[in-house]
Amino acid sequence: MEPRARFQAIGRSLPRAGTRRLVAGRGRYVDDIVLPRMVHAAFLRSPYPHARLARVDLTVARAAPGVLAVYAWSDLQDTVRAWQSRSAAFPGLVSPTQTPLADGRCAWQGEPVLMALADTRAAAEDALELAEIEWEELPAAVGLEAALAPQAPAVHPGLANNVAWTKETLGGDPDEAFAKAALVVETQVHLARLTGVTLEPRGLVADWDPAGETLTVHHSHQMPHQMQAHFAEFFGVPAERVRVVVPDVGGGFGLKMHVYPDEIAAIAGAIKLARPVKFIADRLESLASDIHAREHNVRARMALDGEGHIVGFDVDQRHGAGAYSVFPRGSPVESSAALHLVGAPYRFAHFRGRLTIALQNKAMTGQYRSVGHPIAVLVTERLVELAACARGEDGLALRRRNFTPPGETPYVNGAGQRLFDVSHDACLLALERLVDVPRVRETVRSARAAGRALGFGVACYVEMTATGAEAYGKAGVPVSAADSVSLSVELSGAVRCAASVTEIGQGVTQALAQAVADGVGVPVERVLVHTGDTAQVPHGGGAWASRGAAIGAEAAWLAARRLRRNILEAAARLLGADDESLDLRDGTIVDHRGEARLELSELAHIAAFRGYELPEGFQPQLSLMHHYRRSKDLFLPANGVQASLLEVDLHTGLVRPLRHWAVCDCGRVLNPLLVEEQLRGGVVQGIGEALYEELRYGEDGHLETGTLAEYLVPMAAEMPDIEVAHVQTPYDGTSLGAKGAGEAGVAAAPAAILNAVNDALAPHGAALDAVPISPAAVLEALERGR
Amino acid sequence: MKHPLTEREIRAIVNGREVRARVPVRKSLVDWLREDQGLTGSHVGCEHGVCGACSVVLDGAVVRGCLTLAVQADGARIETIEGATESGRIGRLQEAFYQRAALQCGFCTPGMLLVAAELLARNPNPSRDEIREALSGNLCRCTGYHAIVDAVEAAKSGSR
Amino acid sequence: MKAPAFRYARPESLDEAIALLVEHGTDARVLAGGQSLMPMLNLRLLQPSVLVDINRLPLSEIRLQDQTLDIGALARHAEVLYSGEVAHMAPLLKLALPHVAHLAVRNRGTHGGSCALADPSAEIPACALALEASFVLRGPRGERRVPAELFFRGLYETALGADELLVRVDYPRAQPGWRYGFQEVARRHGDFAIAGLAAAARVEGGVLREARLAFFGVADRPVLVRGASVEELRERTDKMEVSGTRVYPPPFRRRLVRVLLERVTSSIEK
Ligand SMILES: Cc1cc2nc3c(=O)[nH]c(=O)nc-3n(C[C@H](O)[C@H](O)[C@H](O)COP(=O)(O)OP(=O)(O)OC[C@H]3O[C@@H](n4cnc5c(N)ncnc54)[C@H](O)[C@@H]3O)c2cc1C
Ligand code: FES
Ligand code: FES
Repeated sequence: MEPRARFQAIGRSLPRAGTRRLVAGRGRYVDDIVLPRMVHAAFLRSPYPHARLARVDLTVARAAPGVLAVYAWSDLQDTVRAWQSRSAAFPGLVSPTQTPLADGRCAWQGEPVLMALADTRAAAEDALELAEIEWEELPAAVGLEAALAPQAPAVHPGLANNVAWTKETLGGDPDEAFAKAALVVETQVHLARLTGVTLEPRGLVADWDPAGETLTVHHSHQMPHQMQAHFAEFFGVPAERVRVVVPDVGGGFGLKMHVYPDEIAAIAGAIKLARPVKFIADRLESLASDIHAREHNVRARMALDGEGHIVGFDVDQRHGAGAYSVFPRGSPVESSAALHLVGAPYRFAHFRGRLTIALQNKAMTGQYRSVGHPIAVLVTERLVELAACARGEDGLALRRRNFTPPGETPYVNGAGQRLFDVSHDACLLALERLVDVPRVRETVRSARAAGRALGFGVACYVEMTATGAEAYGKAGVPVSAADSVSLSVELSGAVRCAASVTEIGQGVTQALAQAVADGVGVPVERVLVHTGDTAQVPHGGGAWASRGAAIGAEAAWLAARRLRRNILEAAARLLGADDESLDLRDGTIVDHRGEARLELSELAHIAAFRGYELPEGFQPQLSLMHHYRRSKDLFLPANGVQASLLEVDLHTGLVRPLRHWAVCDCGRVLNPLLVEEQLRGGVVQGIGEALYEELRYGEDGHLETGTLAEYLVPMAAEMPDIEVAHVQTPYDGTSLGAKGAGEAGVAAAPAAILNAVNDALAPHGAALDAVPISPAAVLEALERGR
Repeated sequence: MKHPLTEREIRAIVNGREVRARVPVRKSLVDWLREDQGLTGSHVGCEHGVCGACSVVLDGAVVRGCLTLAVQADGARIETIEGATESGRIGRLQEAFYQRAALQCGFCTPGMLLVAAELLARNPNPSRDEIREALSGNLCRCTGYHAIVDAVEAAKSGSR
Repeated sequence: MKAPAFRYARPESLDEAIALLVEHGTDARVLAGGQSLMPMLNLRLLQPSVLVDINRLPLSEIRLQDQTLDIGALARHAEVLYSGEVAHMAPLLKLALPHVAHLAVRNRGTHGGSCALADPSAEIPACALALEASFVLRGPRGERRVPAELFFRGLYETALGADELLVRVDYPRAQPGWRYGFQEVARRHGDFAIAGLAAAARVEGGVLREARLAFFGVADRPVLVRGASVEELRERTDKMEVSGTRVYPPPFRRRLVRVLLERVTSSIEK
């Protein structure tokens, strides 16, 4: 038996060692990389949502000063192949082939059409102004409902309609459940299109060495190994000759998980010129061409019995995918996740879900942090409040009555969601410890008496984290759900760790360092973690679906335990001791009395230089690799609850969040500080979704919020302080018991805000069902309520 | 510099050292610092003045590096995150940001630190609201701001 | 997103500057704080062939005169905000400036630039209108003075000729008995306002007797409403035309205008 592990670093709020460099301005992001003979790429993008390229003349553009090349699709065809979004998970998905540069026709505003490569980015942009293009505008389908209307213009020629995919799911007997229900509440929720807005935009430096036949791409991305596979395929280079290096990443949030046409074109340019090419999306390009998310219209009904038990949901959801399904994961992921997550915190047996995904002449929607969850939580928690109101009872009481049971036994709800180890009651209790709910309600009441409209809102959620291999594996999409870690003991006695997870600012390297430190028995400062380089770290999933702690750290832990055994075995052989009697603590090998026998560094030196001191034939293994894939449970459900206190200015319609509380159960917390800050960051993104963020297109398909002056993101002055508490229900399928925490903040914040706004508006007979909540919408609702 | 030209000779003190350079007049200060002076600690997040990632100190005041031309640095003193780090001037803030985990990806951090330092120079004991207001021109997409406000509070004089 | 090519000149004197403007006419653009011009250049919304950087001209002074407080065109927003004389002699500006952008933008953006730009949602032009400031313009034919009411002519349009520089804004000194109020509605601190109001009013015994209200963000330029009582101001404000957008449609803005009127006048009468 292995001696019980001592958790020394695990569970502690240690600051992230890796951020010392960043506070000193010594980060190295992709735009900081300069290679010899590097050239800069800029793109001419379609100004129209739908247009044919009637004529393109590049003669003048190509002759512009500093320009090496101006390419159209026809120039790249011999270098790179086109792709198509397909997934066995979405049979029949309609999404035509995509090319890195438009193939004679543009289907969305912002689609790359031409690429200029020049000595400077400015020169490349200058050249593009000299390109002569005759556009022939085509009718465009832009709005979600408009795209699905019977007479809508086709998003791509030849389509009979603009339906990309539909789905219908049934659980139990919803018809009967609704027929017999004592109460049915209904809502129609709209979520606007938005996007991730990483502060560091997308970017890469591609470097093709024709002599060595190797392609190196320095890429601001979450998934180096996934991109290695795509690049190999697209460019016909053997995968082992494709190296993807991820430097410091200035935020990911899901938008750096995809294949982007401009990035592929830039790599093609590097191959054609045999010179390094840098492409950094500017903010206009980010807002127009990073994957978008949301744009959902959801009509949902919830049925309850006479005792206030939820019996079923009936959900009709529409989702705008944009011109194509995003490659490779597919745009339906968000909406189908949302559909099946409706009602997830609660017990219910009956479910009907219908989903219609529309193609539109707009940028693609895809996976943004907390994929689908905010939609489901918004729908569910709005319905729960409506039901509580109709029943004349407290919303928390209704929730408590309906929570899915805690415990290990999976509960499968009517929507097919498999839930276990959830702790809704405990989280709600923790929330009530964090915030004195009766007192807050009293504050709200007395403020109301004084003419101010305060509101308090709550939202419970389930977050499906750390997706297993069955999801993308079975869909035939090359996204890995496994992680690998290699460890080696350095001569200094430090432990070097190379991991397949990617550090994108979420702090996963610190979590890994803590797991390795405890797993091996060395101080956490003596663990160095490297990530994000396909030539240096073993294969694995990267950063997606809040998997760093649950899968990446588990891999690190298991690797560390093996390394520890190897170390103790070598020490025992050297010392002629029984390895059961030895222990490794703080980097020192001690005997059963705790007395120091050997420094780890000394052992490393012996192994490296004086191997003859070891018994004949014994080869110490002070480095190893470990691969980990969870073999059961497709998802690890994390859960929690959030609450918001805010004020609505009844005269201007402005909403001002005053306080926000978040309780999260993400299993064992490896580092509370990391989890808390992930939560806070997510909450604020969620508040952005609730109050500000909207990619608004005009009727003509023109993006009206194309700069950060129009696309509003949350800034410091308006955001509330956010109090956080943890509940820990460790997952028992792993040694560490961690689940994901990276996305939970976003999941419930929009719903908590919407519920709080509706609480504030309720005395005035007004209610809202759409986010973001604009001040004009608030005043309109008040008007209607009068 | 009376006659309009597309390139200019400039002289500036950058992080305490005199620099002479020829610059294309259309080049922004932050691009020049990053590309020509190797000072990549200042970042580029929007190039239209909204995000504050490009913040640098020009003659003692924080400005947007993307809304100032390099040629305008002629005769000026420029300080970037690198210089502020080396001089130790913002050491307390940096330590507080590190300890409090007031950064995740770190892309906003140099700008946040320089603005926070200017706030504390002007108002050694700001309230949380005053801190939030001072930082309101700097976008952080990762932290949700709370930890940044905590860190600035922790670094203000008088507190330890 | 890089600025297009242009040529750059940095005159050391006013005469040089004006000579450059005369020479290059509408191809030239004056560069002051750059906080509005540079974004437009980076976004390639403008392609001037010459930038005339006026930052070296002696136009930064804030000077108290017998009748007026004169603010040089190059006084930075931060300098105006922290100026004791402004707080004393043009307190409305002190109320308004915290709403103008953010710390770093205020460190660089200029008083004259904000007026010359004439963004209809900007705070300073509205203050100038409410305070009956006069704008001192200098061109090849010398200096002329334009009252605020004639200076703002439309969307980003002023009385400035292509060969003229705004050199100063002269504010009548605050008079005893006058009070000032400022409010704006913006979704985030430092954003251009959805609608706002800068007001100057004479108050006797807590009752408003005379007022100049400058609404901004509601039309193509700041709009002045005068009145001798709150009642009269209400009536005239209701007749004011209010424009809108898809997100902030006219009826919504009209409601904000009423709210601003009530809030500002009651703060003044308090
Ligand atoms: C993120 C951000 C937020 C902002 N928020 C606000 C806000 O809330 N409210 C607000 O009012 N402003 C706001 N601004 C704009 C800011 O106040 C600008 O500083 C100001 O509008 C322009 O002043 P400037 O000195 O920067 O002028 P510049 O940008 O240099 O010039 C603006 C225009 O005026 C002309 N010009 C400038 N000076 C003169 C002169 N002396 N004579 C003749 N022509 C001249 C220029 O040719 C140009 O056309 C914001 C800016 C940013 C980047
Ligand atoms: S890059 Fe300068 S403010 Fe965003
Ligand atoms: S830490 Fe990522 S933007 Fe602030």
